[in-house]
Amino acid sequence: MIPELGHFALILALAVALVQGILPLLGASRGDIRLMDLGRTAALTQALLVFVAFGALTQAYVTSDFSVVNVVANSHSAKPLLYKISGVWGNHEGSMLLWALILALFGAAVAVFGAGLPDTLRARVLAIQALIGVGFLAFLLFTSNPFERVSPAPLDGNGLNPLLQDPGLAFHPPLLYLGYVGFSVTYAFAIAALLEGRVDAAWARWVRPWTLAAWCFLTLGIALGSWWAYYILGWGGFWFWDPVENASLMPWLAGTALLHSAIVVEKRDSLKSWTVLLAILAFSLSLLGTFLVRSGVLTSVHAFAQDPARGMFILAFLLLVTGGGLALYAWRAPRLTPGGMFQPVSREGALILNNLLLCTLAATVLLGTLYPLFLDLLTGNKVSVGPPFFNATFVPICAPLFAALCVGPYLGWKRAEIWPALLKLRVAFIAAVVAAIVAATAIDGRATLAALAFGFGVWLIVGSLGEFAQRLARTGYRMPPRAALGMTIAHAAMGVVVLGAVGTGAWNSELMQTMKPGDRAQFHGFDVKLERMESLQGPNYIAERATLAVSVGGKSYTVLQPERRLFAVQRRQVAETAIHTNLLRDLYATLGEGEAANGWVIRLYYNPLAPWIWLGAALCALGGFVSLSDRRLRVGAPQGGKRARTRPIAHPAE
Amino acid sequence: MRTVAVLLATLLLAWPALAVEPSEMLQDPSLESRARDIGRSLRCVVCQNQSIDDSNAEVARDMRRAVRERLTAGDDDQKVFAYMVARYGDYVLLKPPFKAGTWALWLGGPLVLIVAGGLLLMAARRRKPIPPPVPLSDEEQRRLDALLKP
Repeated sequence: MIPELGHFALILALAVALVQGILPLLGASRGDIRLMDLGRTAALTQALLVFVAFGALTQAYVTSDFSVVNVVANSHSAKPLLYKISGVWGNHEGSMLLWALILALFGAAVAVFGAGLPDTLRARVLAIQALIGVGFLAFLLFTSNPFERVSPAPLDGNGLNPLLQDPGLAFHPPLLYLGYVGFSVTYAFAIAALLEGRVDAAWARWVRPWTLAAWCFLTLGIALGSWWAYYILGWGGFWFWDPVENASLMPWLAGTALLHSAIVVEKRDSLKSWTVLLAILAFSLSLLGTFLVRSGVLTSVHAFAQDPARGMFILAFLLLVTGGGLALYAWRAPRLTPGGMFQPVSREGALILNNLLLCTLAATVLLGTLYPLFLDLLTGNKVSVGPPFFNATFVPICAPLFAALCVGPYLGWKRAEIWPALLKLRVAFIAAVVAAIVAATAIDGRATLAALAFGFGVWLIVGSLGEFAQRLARTGYRMPPRAALGMTIAHAAMGVVVLGAVGTGAWNSELMQTMKPGDRAQFHGFDVKLERMESLQGPNYIAERATLAVSVGGKSYTVLQPERRLFAVQRRQVAETAIHTNLLRDLYATLGEGEAANGWVIRLYYNPLAPWIWLGAALCALGGFVSLSDRRLRVGAPQGGKRARTRPIAHPAE
Repeated sequence: MRTVAVLLATLLLAWPALAVEPSEMLQDPSLESRARDIGRSLRCVVCQNQSIDDSNAEVARDMRRAVRERLTAGDDDQKVFAYMVARYGDYVLLKPPFKAGTWALWLGGPLVLIVAGGLLLMAARRRKPIPPPVPLSDEEQRRLDALLKP
């Protein structure tokens, strides 16, 4: 009964989304306030209905209702409750339902927080948001119905992929989707602005918080996924340039560019047309990522044909959203009046350079991800594009980006001088050069490029913090606006990420040894002794566990217990790594195959600065959230609006 | 993130707990380190975007052995790559060679940068420089002073 209710709620949600997608648009063009206001009610109703559907599916998972095909295929009665719940989105249908839910929730958020928006703009934004929702709800109902029944119901399910039975699954996809789907709001604002024919500072002030929120979630989602891969895949890597990773990196890069160009629209009423285009591109790249992952083209071009309905549906939807958006842009963008003038050397100019480089990075990733597909389709030739390619093409473009990153905040709007800015950065420059030299001589014998990258990391941190310190000194130690604080945190955090990536990527070391209980290994000053091997019985797996006693200079330091788990239902093995971190380096151990006669394969990794990658990414998102809490961004929002109106706040002119 | 591939594509491939095994390793550490570097640049031809170093597929194991055999026989890195390409084609290289079919791949990114950067520079040239603000006339200065007087 409950799955049918969920199914029915989903059908109703589609109907409501159709109404929400059509009538407010009509209302906005006719000036009919009743039709426009319908959008808000419909958005809330749609969110409620999709929520009911999601709740129904969750209920089926939690109670292990094996009359539902989706539950049979992806769950098992012996699975711990956490993974029963997170298993809801650990499969195709459920994850699409999660996507539709977040989309509807974002629509509802616009309806609730958008009270201060002009009526026509709000109506159009909600309508565009609903039309995207129509696409996803129809996709669910017609090609990927999560509520399909099976009769007779099997006694038990097939279980969830063991790699996904990890707390990471509980948070990674929802965060990632909050990011992907958040860009749908920006897209809706861009399309609405094109329909309205006007983009102004007020529009940008509305778009920025949504972009910022989506970007923060996407940052966290990517970081969490990378961390998850690091500790579960068992070979110490954190980024593999896998097409699925690239699919999330592209919207992040475009979103980062959008974040910066929206500042120019807000502050200087310039770059309007470009910002609208970026908003369309950022969401299109989110959809492209979904298409790549969902359609199966990544496995092989031919997998696309195995389930043509799904693949064709998303492809058609992608073309409609991207093509439609771009066509509307080509038609209406010339009407957007160009705004404030500026000279090449200025804050605007710096932000354009930022956009140029970020978009080049996004294009590089896009090309590297899609090229093998197109080449195979067009010529039948197979080509592999892996990490060495991206290291050779992506990383060099980061260098000018990082170099310019610290200079931009010193440049004034409209016109600026480059030399005074560079002069103020001399401390950061010296620190970076010293760090690079130290890295090249003391830490690193051969990879001098890594030393250079290390220098860039130090440059980013010292340069960003230095700018903040000088700003404080200039304003008599009054706290600068939150937006400026957020910028400093996020920029410095990029440096932390760079240092972590260089440390782990270039200066890690590993030891692989076959050990029997009682054997010892010497590794980076650690004395590692395999104390014992034991068998364990988990809730839905059996495991083999090694206990490694690690001591330094005869003193016991820590105990590492890597496991190898065998999931009986799926007959699959998963390595459970053991990691000891002191925030400066990770000592990482995995257990490989083996038996009592010959010993077990133990792999030890020493990953310098590894935690900084995720620490930095989290800081980066924190910077975004701090910036989001800036009162200036809340102007127009119901709560912040009143305060801002009664007590006007002077904005610094920079 | 690679786990997401698994999550989303719900592939049920056996993921490796281990890749390179101690039994495969060469005695000479410098040779072994070269073998690892080469291994990281070669694709396991039956896997999804995995290097032979990361994969525990049967084929990857054979490929790792082949690399080590060539190295022990005294081949330099280039020769080892050439040997693998002769057997598996360009597909085996994770960094595709720069040739007719891959020009667009290699030059696409820099081209975007150059073309977009060039267009921006041209636009900046065409744009009239902002004239410096006209200084206040004596009359305006007098009025301003009067206004600013407390």
